[in-house]
Amino acid sequence: MLKVENIEVRYSGVPVIHDVSLDVNEGELISVVGANGSGKTTLLKTISGTLHPTKGSIQFDNEDITRSSTVDIVRKGITYVPEERRIFGPLSVEENLRLGAYILNDNEAIETSIEYVYGLFPILKDRRKQKGGTLSGGEQQMLAIGRGLMASPKLLMLDEPSLGLMPKLVDEMLDAVATLKGEGITILLVEQNVREALEMADRGYVLQTGRTIYNGRGRELLKTDIIKKAFLGI
Amino acid sequence: METLLSTTISGLLMGMLFALVALGLAIIFGVMDIVNFAHGEFLMVGMYAAFLTATGLSMEPLLTLPVSAVICFILGMGSYYLLVRYLLKGPMLAQLLGTFGLMIFIRYLAMAIFGPDYKTLEQGLLIRPSINWGPVMISYPKLGAAVISVTAFGAVYWLINRTRLGMALKATALDVEAAGYMGINTEKMRGLAWGLGGATVGIAGALLTNFYYVFPTVGLLFVMIAFATVALGGFGSIKGAFIAGLIIGLIWDFGGTYVGPEYKFALIYLTYFLVIILRPQGLFGW
Ligand SMILES: Nc1ncnc2c1ncn2[C@@H]1O[C@H](COP(=O)(O)OP(=O)(O)OP(=O)(O)O)[C@@H](O)[C@H]1O
Ligand SMILES: [Mg+2]
Repeated sequence: MLKVENIEVRYSGVPVIHDVSLDVNEGELISVVGANGSGKTTLLKTISGTLHPTKGSIQFDNEDITRSSTVDIVRKGITYVPEERRIFGPLSVEENLRLGAYILNDNEAIETSIEYVYGLFPILKDRRKQKGGTLSGGEQQMLAIGRGLMASPKLLMLDEPSLGLMPKLVDEMLDAVATLKGEGITILLVEQNVREALEMADRGYVLQTGRTIYNGRGRELLKTDIIKKAFLGI
Repeated sequence: METLLSTTISGLLMGMLFALVALGLAIIFGVMDIVNFAHGEFLMVGMYAAFLTATGLSMEPLLTLPVSAVICFILGMGSYYLLVRYLLKGPMLAQLLGTFGLMIFIRYLAMAIFGPDYKTLEQGLLIRPSINWGPVMISYPKLGAAVISVTAFGAVYWLINRTRLGMALKATALDVEAAGYMGINTEKMRGLAWGLGGATVGIAGALLTNFYYVFPTVGLLFVMIAFATVALGGFGSIKGAFIAGLIIGLIWDFGGTYVGPEYKFALIYLTYFLVIILRPQGLFGW
């Protein structure tokens, strides 16, 4: 479904991603792990069309999207739930969700999406009139994920959904991701919690200074030396 | 007592027009944190558009409102696409000097084309004597301009707070990157904010033409009032621009009546400085 081939991405001329390739098939949960600064966020932003690669190509549903704008990419069915959530603080929970469905014109579809998200995260329903900025960190993360689901994407990209949450909430958040996978949603997940992320994934990729150095089945990756040494401290 | 009542009414009516003049400044600042120094020149273009259409086609001045609105919409949107979006890539100073340059350019272009003469409309629905309501006097043109100003202001408020497009504008204002992730064309929203800012001040200009002189530097006068208005209301706040417009209108007329017409401006600036010192974020700023 998504095919990233040998991309290079630069910030003001300086390459940050040197050579990254990655595939996502329909229905899969793919985890991307790597140290801080290895280029995970840059990779997701590039797929979302916020940045464009200087080399290589990106295809989605057999269409080339290497140079497509974010608007087109969202319309094609890829949404990005950014690191640090980026909730619209002064707007209510429900307004935030409706913005997630901005590309939909069909009111019925929007209502269905809202009910779906409220079913997934009931706390958001209780707080629907509350300003997004006044939610707790965990609730904001649920809102960010819910907002990313509103347009019924074919591929949902999550950038560190457990960032800054206390351990109990981290588990809850990862459970929610597992639930989404169970419902057949295709997910590209970037996570710091390497063990959990790789255990629940169908496949995983390891990034190091802007290169994919490893990829394979999630549980098998956990057994490799590099993961053990670099991330699990074994 | 009669003077007090007349002054209050006149101040509030003037304030409604001041609010409409300031609205575009607040929209543009709200959506992209940039001060449009050419705002007064947009007003001047709106005034000339109304004046020339009304005199050239012997038309009722009120019917020229859409003409001014459309011309200034295009002027605003054009300024964004041809100039401002490139300025955004540069440093803060370039942004300041950029719209400042646009102001000088439009002003002297008008000077070259229309000459420095003061022009004034002589006929129109609104151009008639004041209404005497017992001893209280209400200026007819100001009353008409105020009613239309409030209507236009209300329409924009509705657009921004009650429509899908308005939501997209707000999202772009709050976090342009996150708005992009929602599939909002943020570039278009910014262009639209400039267009809307232009259209509203264009309408204000057309209204003003009914009771004020048209000349190439007229914008300076009113843009200074508009700056004071948005500073008082809180930069970027639309509700704030309205309330502040009314307050500035009252200061304008009370200053003129009780202190002396030559002090009107000084009083508005005094208020402006007091706000900056005591409440820099303005009445409704965040
Ligand atoms: N806007 C930017 N301009 C210049 N360099 C940047 C920019 N954003 C990120 N970088 C650099 O690119 C590299 C990769 O950053 P990126 O945010 O993709 O890493 P990451 O893997 O997501 O890290 P983290 O785990 O901390 O979120 C880093 O060295 C970072 O300093
Ligand atoms: Mg990151």
